[in-house]
Amino acid sequence: MAHDLSQSEPIGNVWNPATTESRTARYVLIAITLVFLGLFLFMPLVSVFVEAFRKGPAEFFAALVEPDAKAAIRLTLLVAATAVPLNLIFGVVAAWTIAKFEFKGKAFLTTLIDLPFSVSPVISGLVYVLLFSSHSVLGPWLKSHGIEVLFAVPGIVLATMFVTFPFVARELIPLMQHQGTTDEEAALSLGANGWQTFWHVTLPNIKWGLLYGVLLCNARAMGEFGAVSVVSGHIRGLTNTMPLHVEILYNEYNFVAAFAVASLLALLALVTLVLKTLLELRYGAELRAAGGH
Amino acid sequence: MKHFRFSLSLAAALLTATVAFQPMSAARADTTLLNVSYDPTREFYKDFNAAFAAKWKADTGETVTIQTSHGGSGKQARAVIDGLDADVVTLALESDISAIVKAGNKINPDWRTKYPHNSAPYTSTIVFLVRKGNPKGIKDWGDLVKDGVEVITPNPKTSGGARWNYLAAWAWAYGQYGGDEAKIKDYIATLFQHVPVLDTGARGSTTTFAQRELGDVLLAWENEAYLSLAEFGEDKFDIVVPPQSILAEPPVAVVDANVDAKGTRKAAEAYLQYLYSEEGQTLAAKHFYRPAEPELVPADVLKKIPELKLVTIDDPIFGGWAKAQPYHFGDGGTFDQIYKPKQ
Repeated sequence: MAHDLSQSEPIGNVWNPATTESRTARYVLIAITLVFLGLFLFMPLVSVFVEAFRKGPAEFFAALVEPDAKAAIRLTLLVAATAVPLNLIFGVVAAWTIAKFEFKGKAFLTTLIDLPFSVSPVISGLVYVLLFSSHSVLGPWLKSHGIEVLFAVPGIVLATMFVTFPFVARELIPLMQHQGTTDEEAALSLGANGWQTFWHVTLPNIKWGLLYGVLLCNARAMGEFGAVSVVSGHIRGLTNTMPLHVEILYNEYNFVAAFAVASLLALLALVTLVLKTLLELRYGAELRAAGGH
Repeated sequence: MKHFRFSLSLAAALLTATVAFQPMSAARADTTLLNVSYDPTREFYKDFNAAFAAKWKADTGETVTIQTSHGGSGKQARAVIDGLDADVVTLALESDISAIVKAGNKINPDWRTKYPHNSAPYTSTIVFLVRKGNPKGIKDWGDLVKDGVEVITPNPKTSGGARWNYLAAWAWAYGQYGGDEAKIKDYIATLFQHVPVLDTGARGSTTTFAQRELGDVLLAWENEAYLSLAEFGEDKFDIVVPPQSILAEPPVAVVDANVDAKGTRKAAEAYLQYLYSEEGQTLAAKHFYRPAEPELVPADVLKKIPELKLVTIDDPIFGGWAKAQPYHFGDGGTFDQIYKPKQ
């Protein structure tokens, strides 16, 4: 009888009939996941905010309105506002090219798009130092025309773009490949031109995937440290982004201010995550129908 | 195929637009100076910049804004070589400024003669910062290699301060072993076996020691050691001044090519000259640098600075930076010979 009972236990479980693990095993697994997430994600996040408010909200806000901090926040927003739209356009073009057309070297192009993911951000920064330093061919020429790239805002934007290059394209390529070209062919056969086809057929099909890619791209653009650190020159109030400003403050033993700026950065990331979750909740069905995630 | 061509040309157009992306020029005040400096000078230059801006306004009626960039001295020199638009450099080492001179003459070779005291307006030395009560009983350089002592110092390849640490240890060992180079190297090699973390800059090492609480003794700039006491509380650390150390002369220079291109030479030169004024020297002393002209500084500010035997870089032990830099820190130099990363 005891044998029969233990056999029937998972079958009698109405909560999750697909798994055969005992209730204990499931709770242990859930507990491990929660403890892990709590320890490695939640606790550090909370400690950032705790540290930021250690000396009270007055100090916290003082750190955010200090001129160098304001400049860093402005620069970070400016960089994201420049890099993200450009990568949005590039990502759509690249995904369109790769998903909808057959041509020689397509595999190579796909690999190339992944490059920023596979190289260290330090290398991504050094590439621009090599390209635009005063010993390069390009650097002195640009400078003589009054254009500064390295150790100035354009260099930071370029490095950020390089690092966040793949987000939109990587999100769209599988989606577009999955959708195939039949909708577009139908549109074309009905007399639409290329632009109309894109605007009325392709874009509505990919919009959720696109938004998701843009959110990820934006999060990384605001948070990028390595590549930006290499090309920034660390001039206070001019070429320090928020992540760099956090490092500087920390190195000045200004822990409250460092964590205040860090918490603002974390907050921006959290807003991104919340937006993403809301999107999924609100449009989950549509997302799935479109073959998205 | 038509659409393929369409999208390709679109892609080409976008790429061109991206590459041709123009910078927005930063709004400039009357004059803006960029001082590219090394790590531990942050607090000093923050005060000094304000003092100079006020003085410049009073003298000329012009507004001068001074921007600063701090980092490891070697790294900062590299950035200036690569095109960071510094008006003045205030670095940890003569050889870092020499590197800028050699890599493209942005600074005139005679820069050392432009200001008094070989263009070093303040000096410093290397002292030991230990945990309160000095539990490991560290008094002199020889104590650093005792069993169980962990030493924190940055990497001499990237940090100017670390090179002074290295040379100070070398100078002590030179006296200890009567100039026997094999024995000196042996001591230095043992010393670096006692280093658990090599940070890239002096400030990183201070954080490692004070904040992460690693190690028993931090080899630190004198000013950095006093600053740690002020920041973290006198109840946490003690400063141990060894009987002998090294005289570090962090030099300053105008970056000639940049100031001539930007038309900022007058302000840049005045800025460095002001370091030698009564106010500049006093501020330096207040931030625990050793003023080059102590007679300008009030006695009560000066008395905080302890006396000890100081070996200079021009001592025959080293023969000047031009010789010491490649000999000790160049590729295959003594540091490369003795340093083996711990497995």
